[in-house]
Amino acid sequence: MIDTGDTAWMLIATGLVLFMTPGLAFFYGGMVRAKNMLGMLMQNFFAMGLMAILWVAIAFSLAFGNFGDGGIIGNLDFAWMRNITSDAGPDAFALTIPFVLFCAYQMTFAVITPALITGATADRFKFKAYAVFIAVWLVIVYAPVAHWVFAGGWLAKLGALDFAGGAVVHINAGAAALAVVLVLGKRHGWPREGMHPHSLPFTLLGTGILWFGWFGFNAGSALGANGVAAQALMNTFLAASAGMLGWLLVEQIKEGKPTTLGAASGAVAGLVAITPCAGFVGGMSPILIGFAAGVLCVLAIRLKFRFGYDDSLDVVGVHLVGGIVGGLLLGFFADSKVNKLVTNEGVFLGGGFSLLWFQFVACAVTFAFSFVASFIIAKVIDKTIGMRVSEEDEAEGLDFSQHAETAYSFGSTGSMDRLN
Amino acid sequence: MGDPSAGTKGYRADMKLVTAIIKPHKVDDVKDALKAAGLTGMTIDEVKGFGRQGGKTEIYRGAEYVVDLLPKVRVETVVPDELADQVAEIIMVAARTGKIGDGKVWISTVDKVMRIRTGESGPDAV
Repeated sequence: MIDTGDTAWMLIATGLVLFMTPGLAFFYGGMVRAKNMLGMLMQNFFAMGLMAILWVAIAFSLAFGNFGDGGIIGNLDFAWMRNITSDAGPDAFALTIPFVLFCAYQMTFAVITPALITGATADRFKFKAYAVFIAVWLVIVYAPVAHWVFAGGWLAKLGALDFAGGAVVHINAGAAALAVVLVLGKRHGWPREGMHPHSLPFTLLGTGILWFGWFGFNAGSALGANGVAAQALMNTFLAASAGMLGWLLVEQIKEGKPTTLGAASGAVAGLVAITPCAGFVGGMSPILIGFAAGVLCVLAIRLKFRFGYDDSLDVVGVHLVGGIVGGLLLGFFADSKVNKLVTNEGVFLGGGFSLLWFQFVACAVTFAFSFVASFIIAKVIDKTIGMRVSEEDEAEGLDFSQHAETAYSFGSTGSMDRLN
Repeated sequence: MGDPSAGTKGYRADMKLVTAIIKPHKVDDVKDALKAAGLTGMTIDEVKGFGRQGGKTEIYRGAEYVVDLLPKVRVETVVPDELADQVAEIIMVAARTGKIGDGKVWISTVDKVMRIRTGESGPDAV
């Protein structure tokens, strides 16, 4: 039975989540060097093209077919827009919004999740290889993991909770990012050469857009205009704020200066960590979750220097680590008074350790599957079309070498004559 | 090179180029001081360099970067020979903060100066 209030909210939430991808583009874009700005923007915007089409062609069906089967993969019942109707859809989904809107809402998640990987691979991913990678990854990695968690698959049946995608989106993308950078290798000159952000104002603008859009991501995951959505929105806000404060506090202590990039990064870390918890926790717990993520992620981004993997913009340190922090803390703070879907309460609510165990399993399995599958996909692409741009193209920058454009041309000197 | 005493029009060693490397925030002080002294033109560009001042450290997500080429402004003005020392002195006074990194001024000989609009040369051209 379709509810107009729920439908109205989910129409808006779908737009909010879609807007996160251009927000992400600018969050990342500001952090790369100017010669790679368009390359970064393009990889993110391109996801809005290719992922959307693949989603309705096949990936939605592989993720959400066989809904509630406790299994590992969907089917082809909804492929090619078949059976995607504007009524409430199959009874198993128990929707109060049009099924086509549910598909569109989930599509925005399928767009941004592979786009998250671009932060790790910045400055050296060949565009064609990127396009092939995210296409294959959506079908082989994202769709099954979404099925396990969001579509009543085996992890959901086990008892693991993931409100808006801590595992499906953040651990999944973070693990894939780690796998892909291991195949791609380091940027030439890293970590000796300075590769600092070209426009932190863009990064902060992108952070603002992400924060704004995240209300749709988390509160929209209630799939209706209700109390759980409102709680999720409040939790999202508080976790982002606390994440920012946690990150800045560590910077102040360790380096003596709070940075704008730290403020942006901490807010995103808090948002990542609250994602699995948003509609399942209450009270002051979102502040603790966000703060913990801010502190742990600022420490985790140093790991790449210790272990020598070039995760350019810290997708592993923020999304993988933040996703795990949120996923595990949910095992402590899940509250059945907030959401009746919480059947095993968290450790601090007197529910014992069973939920924490399920959360651990969900984090570990998602990480392992995504890492291994992403590594294999990246290796195969590397052996066939090549994952990486040439050293010369890398030095010239992705903007020109991949797209024949320049992000910024200031001033009026220098000529540009038309050739055709 | 023309003989400075030959009297060939414009080829007389009576013009000097005064060049100064100064702190960027001192540009307006230098410009105002030169204007007040009656100079009719100067050219600046934004440059980078290192000297005894050393670099500064920027921090991005905990990674520290030493920026050892610091931004400076190069001021150039062409003046008649007899004014060169005075102009250099004006620039020095105006650009001085007393702290390390204030920059340098030097004077060099100019072979010939011409005004593009009129074709005038020598002191008439500046």
